[in-house]
Amino acid sequence: MKLNERSLAFYATCDSPADSAGFLYKRGERHGAYHRRWFVLKGNMLFYFEERESREPVGVIVLEGCTVELCDSRGEFAFAIRFGGAKSRTYVLAAESHAAMEAWVKALSRASFDYLRLVVRELEQQLARRELERAPEQDPERALERRAPRENGCAVGCEAEAGPRPPPVPPRCRASGGEPAGNTTEPSAFSRLHERYGSEVARLRQQWLERQQGQQP
Amino acid sequence: MRYNERELLCLARQPAEKAAEILMRVPKKGSGLKRRLVKLVVNFLFYFRTDEAEPIGALLLEHCRITKEEENVFSISFIEEPERKYCFECDSEEQCQEWIEALKRASYEFMRRSLIFYRNEIQKMTGKDPLEQYGISEEARFQLATRKQ
Repeated sequence: MKLNERSLAFYATCDSPADSAGFLYKRGERHGAYHRRWFVLKGNMLFYFEERESREPVGVIVLEGCTVELCDSRGEFAFAIRFGGAKSRTYVLAAESHAAMEAWVKALSRASFDYLRLVVRELEQQLARRELERAPEQDPERALERRAPRENGCAVGCEAEAGPRPPPVPPRCRASGGEPAGNTTEPSAFSRLHERYGSEVARLRQQWLERQQGQQP
Repeated sequence: MRYNERELLCLARQPAEKAAEILMRVPKKGSGLKRRLVKLVVNFLFYFRTDEAEPIGALLLEHCRITKEEENVFSISFIEEPERKYCFECDSEEQCQEWIEALKRASYEFMRRSLIFYRNEIQKMTGKDPLEQYGISEEARFQLATRKQ
């Protein structure tokens, strides 16, 4: 399979900031001997160079669909990048200190595009939800309307609570400290439900508001 | 450059964000438009012969420019070689625009900028850093100030 190698090499060596960089020992495929290489992580691409000053990477590891595990049994500060599937390669790397090993494992395990996309989608939904909640406070017209008698203007076909605002958001289900939210099906489903619910209520409220304004001279 | 081909081939088999049969021309002398199955998966664009399971090639979509060429046609080029273009001729202008939009958002760098944007907006609104619950708020790659782009 062809790969746009020249562009890849350019991406590796250009001055866009690297997410991580440093020396690591890479265990050779055939002999098991470790070779010291200069590693550069950019996005989901882990490049490795023979020397820090090398103009082109020797190789790259595409970090999608992999897990990163410690395999530090002999105090070598070693860890492995493991891919699923039969006959898949496992890359064994070793850092020069415990701190470096931990930092690399952390960085590499969250480097995938997939992971980043998950986080972005979560934030996107959070922002949409907050914007919906915030709208009543921001608009002076709506603040005025809140002081008006609390009629249920959304009575027609609406099961929502009486009043103009979307239902309050229950406390978020947070993943345990420090860990990325691996299972996002529950909050995401709720976010979508809340958004749909909230936009329906917002629409009905808008209609009610327009009717109110129509009634005033 | 060595790369983990087996894993990349596996990636090519994943469900795509977008896939279609499109006429494609690679920037090689004498090459013409050929019908290819083009598949967008994460920040890679794979292209296959329409009857084959394994891709002929893959393009990493970082530091690239997506340009509308003539009607129904767009191209992908990379910033270090802007004249070397991969051309794609779509069936309709609509399809062309859809692909341009999708490809412009396909890079890791774009995703990262989106994350920083949302993080910032939420922080302004709530006073809290939404990345804290993921334990990634300290990562340099998500800091607003450090990214020069």
